[in-house]
Amino acid sequence: MRPIRRQRLAVVLFLLFGSALTIGVVLFALQENIDLFYEPQKIVGGEAPIAKRIRAGGMVEKGSLDFKPEGLGVSFVLSDLRGSRFEVRYEGLLPGLFREGQGVLVVGQLDASRVFYAKEVLAKHDENYMPPELVDMGAES
Amino acid sequence: MGSIKDVFHRMGSPRFFYHGSSLWVRGLYIGGTLGLIIGSFWGLALAPPDKYQGDSFRIMYIHVPSAHLAEMVYFACAVAGFVYVVWRMKMADVFIAAAAPVGAILTLLSLASGILWGMPTWGTGWVWDMRTTSVLVLLFLFFGLIALRQAIPRLDRAAYSVAILALVGVVNIPIIKYSVEWFTTLHQPASITFTNEPTIETSMLWPLLFNTTGLYIFIAGVILAAMRVEVLKREQATEWVRDITRSMQR
Repeated sequence: MRPIRRQRLAVVLFLLFGSALTIGVVLFALQENIDLFYEPQKIVGGEAPIAKRIRAGGMVEKGSLDFKPEGLGVSFVLSDLRGSRFEVRYEGLLPGLFREGQGVLVVGQLDASRVFYAKEVLAKHDENYMPPELVDMGAES
Repeated sequence: MGSIKDVFHRMGSPRFFYHGSSLWVRGLYIGGTLGLIIGSFWGLALAPPDKYQGDSFRIMYIHVPSAHLAEMVYFACAVAGFVYVVWRMKMADVFIAAAAPVGAILTLLSLASGILWGMPTWGTGWVWDMRTTSVLVLLFLFFGLIALRQAIPRLDRAAYSVAILALVGVVNIPIIKYSVEWFTTLHQPASITFTNEPTIETSMLWPLLFNTTGLYIFIAGVILAAMRVEVLKREQATEWVRDITRSMQR
């Protein structure tokens, strides 16, 4: 390689390395803010702010879904399947994919007793795709 | 070794490239279209619906290939930028000029199909998580590659600036790819990875592979055709291009 090209190569590598490092440091520093939602552990652990509009996510705990007898009111428990869980109350239409065992994202406010009052519920579908008949044969686990 | 270097040098010659690529375009168009027709029909009509998402999961057969190709086209632009900055190979710049609009369209397609997929499944078309945001940045990077070239009249200056932008912007590619693992997002993680078994059932996976491969081939044809046009535009004053135009006028 000729010296001029070697020099250009060095410049390019420096440029790439430098910009990658810069972006990397920025992402690392902003990680808290870049995360889209608070996980149940942070809600329970008190890291999530109270009475402020936030997003939280988790799995709808099986058997926790409870519809109010009248109106659109519903409550359910979101958990991380590792022991952290919190209650969510919501009034409105649930997305089509909403079901127990599904990951969901709720937008709303946390009150002092760590009950989440959701204004919006979004379903977070996972990366598994399968035809209906296969699910009953053990994919449920 | 000699032959690889030979090809590299010859492909650097616009005239050789133009004549050598004419048959390729047609072949790539035919192959790519075939793959896309098979994959789309299989995916949209024959593959079973998803247990939970029903038919709306089929948007995947458009969304995944276009998103993947958008990233790959950008990565290829960055490699071309690297080649241009180090070796000043003109054809590398021709590649970026031809590929940037194609990449922008692919990114738009992946964003639009993602919105259409999100509405019935997530319950919202758009959410500012790291995956969607970084793909939006990718769109702006493609716009940047196009606009920067327009803004600088001198060809070599424009080529150099565009190459540098393509190179620097490549840090966005790993961010797009790993955003769903590094951060909490609404977007689901990848179903197909190098390390694990795909989490898509086989009957649903095949059409996706056909469509992705088909789009790879088709897009290669589109970029190649656009590069040929770009070569003619840049070399219009040369004798060999004049010969072509003269023979076409006859």
